[in-house]
Amino acid sequence: METLKYDLDVTPLREINQFLHSDASTLNGKSVVIENPNGAHNIAVGLKAELDITIKGHAGYYAAGMNQIAKVTIEGSAGSGVAENMMSGVVHVKGFASNAAAATANGGLLIIDGDAGLRTAIALKGADVVVGGSVGSFSAFMAQAGNFVILGDAGEGLGDSIYEAKIFVRGKVKSLGADCEKKTTSAEDRKILADLLIKSGHADVNPDSFQQYGSARTLYHFHVDNAGAY
Amino acid sequence: MCGIVGLLVRNQKMRDSIGELMLPMLIGMTERGPDSAGLAIFGSPVGADERKFSLYSGTDDFNWTKLGHEFEKHLSIKAKVQPKANHAVLITSLDPETVKIWLKEHYPQLHLLSVGQLMDIYKDVGTPAQVAERYDFKNLKGTHLVGHTRMATESAITPAHAHPFTAGEDWCLVHNGSLSNAHSLRRKLEYQGIEFETDNDTEAACRYLQWRMREGDDLETALHHGFEELDGFYTLLMGTSNQLALVRDPFGCKPAIIAEHDDYVAIASEFRSLAHLPDIKNAKVFEPSPMEMYVWKL
Repeated sequence: METLKYDLDVTPLREINQFLHSDASTLNGKSVVIENPNGAHNIAVGLKAELDITIKGHAGYYAAGMNQIAKVTIEGSAGSGVAENMMSGVVHVKGFASNAAAATANGGLLIIDGDAGLRTAIALKGADVVVGGSVGSFSAFMAQAGNFVILGDAGEGLGDSIYEAKIFVRGKVKSLGADCEKKTTSAEDRKILADLLIKSGHADVNPDSFQQYGSARTLYHFHVDNAGAY
Repeated sequence: MCGIVGLLVRNQKMRDSIGELMLPMLIGMTERGPDSAGLAIFGSPVGADERKFSLYSGTDDFNWTKLGHEFEKHLSIKAKVQPKANHAVLITSLDPETVKIWLKEHYPQLHLLSVGQLMDIYKDVGTPAQVAERYDFKNLKGTHLVGHTRMATESAITPAHAHPFTAGEDWCLVHNGSLSNAHSLRRKLEYQGIEFETDNDTEAACRYLQWRMREGDDLETALHHGFEELDGFYTLLMGTSNQLALVRDPFGCKPAIIAEHDDYVAIASEFRSLAHLPDIKNAKVFEPSPMEMYVWKL
């Protein structure tokens, strides 16, 4: 496999991103290493080719946003909005991630080895998210579809106004948001969880050590008893 | 937006180059705050009975020597005046109230930016690089500092509206965010006899903490009261004679990142302002949690 090296101290980010947006047929199968990211914003956004990207350090905002097909590994931490609106592919953050990781992500897998900030997986639309550490408050707010696995703890208001996304938490939940409740894990959901643990490098973690959460579905329809609240 | 930076140097040998270490941090926050910049540096102390008064004139041709002579003549006391562009530091052993009254009477056009034994403040409009050049930030020496780059969203762009703000001797604060109840807070504080210099929302937060501490709160208790009273978004970074302190609002709306190293503690809005620091690869880099107080002592 061909490996290309870029140094952000030398090459402007726009030039690198434009190269990464070349015709997919010329990029497929290539590996790209980006050195000295030093917290720059928008690294490797909008990819849509079979690329394997390694970012050798800390990334700034929106790293690997809107990703399709590509695999992006961030060896340090990621700023706000990592893998936001991802459609497919894999984004792996080896450090921690700031706020709104995987916001509105439609597909693909986001793996965060460390902690994630507030509003992780907000409005999740179908992607899978696995966090090795803990997540901040208001995570999975209005999450519609997809699976969200948290090996550590969750902050306040987890899954507020959640739709059909599934949340699995191994640690403590500080508080649940409106209409989010404990669920019994079905055999089918256990398999989803077990597969995600394997895919994200946590094969040693027992899927039975998680508590599942999801929607109580009481906010799906207008209820006349709630009229006073409007 | 706005950018904040803070640096506390633990390694004694590196304290003489604190300005040089900080400069890329401040310039790194230019995109977050291109219209003004400011800095408070805690340097070598003046004599036990002396105080520094950081003054801002607004014009480069201000006659600081004349001010010094008049001060000594009128008040029959020794004073040192150290000018730096349109700022100057006045050092004297006269009590602060008398100095303030004298300045107000004889030089009403001057702004008194801070009073203390360690802290000097510089703040002005312009890009961080321009302001740093104007006041020679590169050659600053000291133990710790806080800096700010401003993108004004709620009040005018003037040197007085730039950060840091002070609330007491050797005490300063910078803010990234915006407060939605700054005006009501201000009305409340003015009833308590707290005076304001600008209509800036950060000043309201600063005066609030000043009032709480006047009422006997320590910094931690004052900030806990602040969580109840301050409505809006904020990351606040504060400097005192021997510490830096940081808090973020309950919703973590405004960013901050911390690098703890054996040689230093560095704080910035984003990692790009920390990337150049020596041996940063071996620093513990983390994001502070909302509503938690982080304190680093010298």
